[in-house]
Amino acid sequence: MKENRTLIEFRNFDFWYSEKQVLFDVNMKICPDCITALIGPSGCGKSTLIRCINRMNDLISCTRMKGRLLYKNKDINQKHIGVVELRKNIGMVFQKPNPFPMSIFENVAYGLKVQNIKSRSKIKETVEKSLKKADLWDEVKDNLNLSAFSLSGGQQQRLCIARALAIRPDVILLDEPCSALDPIATAKIEYLLKKLKKETTIIIVTHNMQQAKRISDNTCYLLNGKVIEYSKTDDIFHKPKYALTKKYLNGDFG
Amino acid sequence: MVNEILRQKIYFALFRGATIFSVATLLFVLLYILKEGSGVISIKFLTGMWSHADITEGGIFPAIIGTFCLAIGVCIVSIPVGICTAIYLNEYAKDNYFTRIIKLAIRNLAGVPSIVYGIFGLAFFVLFLNMGTSLIAASLTLGCMTLPWIITASEEALKAVPYSFREGSYALGAAKWETIRKIVLPNSLSGMLTGSILGISRAIGETAPIIMVGATFYISYLPTSPFDKFMALPYHLYILATQHSSPYAREYAMGTSLVLIALVFILNSGVFILRYNLRKRKEW
Amino acid sequence: MVSITALMILIGIFFFLFATGIQAFAEISLHDFFLKATWNPAAYTEPAWGILALITGTLMVTFGALIISVPLGIASAIYLAEICAPKPREIIKPLIEMIAGIPSVVLGLIGILLLSPLVAGIFNLSNGLNALTSSIIVGIMVLPTIITISEDVLTSLPKEFREASLALGATRWQMIKMTLIPAASSGILAAVMLGLGRAVGETMAVLMVAGNSLAMPTSFFDPVRPMTASIAIEIKEVVKGSLHYEALFAVGLVLFIITFAVNFISDMIIEKRTRQYKW
Repeated sequence: MKENRTLIEFRNFDFWYSEKQVLFDVNMKICPDCITALIGPSGCGKSTLIRCINRMNDLISCTRMKGRLLYKNKDINQKHIGVVELRKNIGMVFQKPNPFPMSIFENVAYGLKVQNIKSRSKIKETVEKSLKKADLWDEVKDNLNLSAFSLSGGQQQRLCIARALAIRPDVILLDEPCSALDPIATAKIEYLLKKLKKETTIIIVTHNMQQAKRISDNTCYLLNGKVIEYSKTDDIFHKPKYALTKKYLNGDFG
Repeated sequence: MVNEILRQKIYFALFRGATIFSVATLLFVLLYILKEGSGVISIKFLTGMWSHADITEGGIFPAIIGTFCLAIGVCIVSIPVGICTAIYLNEYAKDNYFTRIIKLAIRNLAGVPSIVYGIFGLAFFVLFLNMGTSLIAASLTLGCMTLPWIITASEEALKAVPYSFREGSYALGAAKWETIRKIVLPNSLSGMLTGSILGISRAIGETAPIIMVGATFYISYLPTSPFDKFMALPYHLYILATQHSSPYAREYAMGTSLVLIALVFILNSGVFILRYNLRKRKEW
Repeated sequence: MVSITALMILIGIFFFLFATGIQAFAEISLHDFFLKATWNPAAYTEPAWGILALITGTLMVTFGALIISVPLGIASAIYLAEICAPKPREIIKPLIEMIAGIPSVVLGLIGILLLSPLVAGIFNLSNGLNALTSSIIVGIMVLPTIITISEDVLTSLPKEFREASLALGATRWQMIKMTLIPAASSGILAAVMLGLGRAVGETMAVLMVAGNSLAMPTSFFDPVRPMTASIAIEIKEVVKGSLHYEALFAVGLVLFIITFAVNFISDMIIEKRTRQYKW
């Protein structure tokens, strides 16, 4: 591990969709202010794992879990922890860019309005700051009132990142954010993430091993719902401990 | 934050209240008919001939038969034509400006009130084509009315067949008609039929057009040819409710509406069951 | 070939109506027809052809019906689509669709037997057959339409909107209010327009409960006679080709144009919506 501090911790965590178990006994500590990548073949449970962290799986009926998932040493699945409060601290960016059918400005301001921030100047200031952080400001500053759907795919995804940043979350979860984007847009987002890790913890799911190698500090390799190997990115890519990891990284399967 | 959750609770309670009120009103309508109408339902009521002088002596058999004949007439007129038109518009017609206008016009005709079709039927079928007020004129009029509904519903069913199915068929060298007959139709026919049955069930409840083009009240015989006048359930209950002097008239009107609703519901539940099975089977 | 015949018939309807209706205007000036309140075609000395009272009746019943059914319908749709647990929804939705199939003449019957004595009793009127009663009946009639269509619009919104909104820490009500309702607004508007079209064209229920008075209504407690009811009552008693006959066709033409326009507008709304957002 790079650092010993822990922000999020899975302890003997199991997870089921109705009868099908998708995560098996996950034990993992995620440290603050770094990028953690989750890799593995499709269907291995990476998206499920990441969606547990801000309880997005609550939206799906018939799910069940066992074990503990701690955020800042508190179990997030306990009743008295408000899920709404949790999601304000743990933002999320999805696989497909999903801007709201509103203007660019309103998209970014959405999270602030949710928090009942009324002051227009404050909203304006935060929107500008978030768009700048997401490297989108220069491209859209003249067209803030255009529909968010008029942007390109890569711009939409950066808009979604800006939208998540606007409420200043501690953690941002990214669920294969680049899978629908071309290489240039992907490069921009990778650059952006490296810059952002100074202030926010980033957890990214990716099917692209090279991407994990390029940007992450720690990498976790999942297979069939089990954590196979979790260590520093350099270690996992250069001297993997397990044969399975090595095979996957070599492209023998997956 | 607590504030927001409280607000959510208040609004959700409000919406729940509105829903309960709406559903209760609609349910009440249904139960009221059931309660008031079930009293007069008897074998005599269902199978007896109409007796105008003393309505307790007769039944509504001619009206049931009349509505039944009308439903068959409407089926014959509108289902084949409607489905063919939908196939033509969706599969053959080029997607140009003209076709789009036609489709738009048909969708909009589906919303034109029944009474407008009624006066058209009166002027065209009854008077202009000299059919008189008859079963055939009524079938044609209601047929024209259901036509846009059936075309729209069938088009939806055709559109629901994935384009890749067609591509797959063409890639195997099938001609257009073969593709339609072997791939598109089998996968959409049940959808088209459910749409059509819903249209027919709406048509048999329509009263306004048949007042003008065919239904009568004072007959006690069954229609024997398409050019006969006939009795129909909705018209019958309208007359009973508004123009009959017998003290039992209202009770009998309720009984008649119960029969009419039962007929409509049987058709509709057939559709629901069909649709439910269809959804289970379809996996794309 | 068959399809072309069908199209010809459908287009023929419009031209037939138009051709017959337009003849009425050879003798009745447009001004008299639309702006005079007296409709008395059967008078021996001076028949009057003003449909203003009829149009007012139609408008009162329609808007009365919408005032009742739109808030209830939209609130119920939101509840069913977003708040309600799946189990009750599975029961309520088919139930509402079934109830949508009740013929309007049956609702008219209930209006006569149950609602009009009730209205007369509550508001202390001598007769409960008036604009208010028919508004309520027509409102009940269009309620299922508005609920089912709005509900379909809401459930067809992509789940990404819900996820994105909740992931930003919104409560479910904030998600509904700030994301779903704006995104569904045009679809809901189209549902309302469709309900409006049905209310304008409703014949039997208003024929039975509106009271059939030709006088210009001054309040919702006055009996009215909407356009549809006038056609239904008078058409059987007129001689083909007479001015009265043509005038009734002209009324039918007005109805046709109103409903066609309403449907056209709602169609445009939906069209624009699907083009705007390609989700």
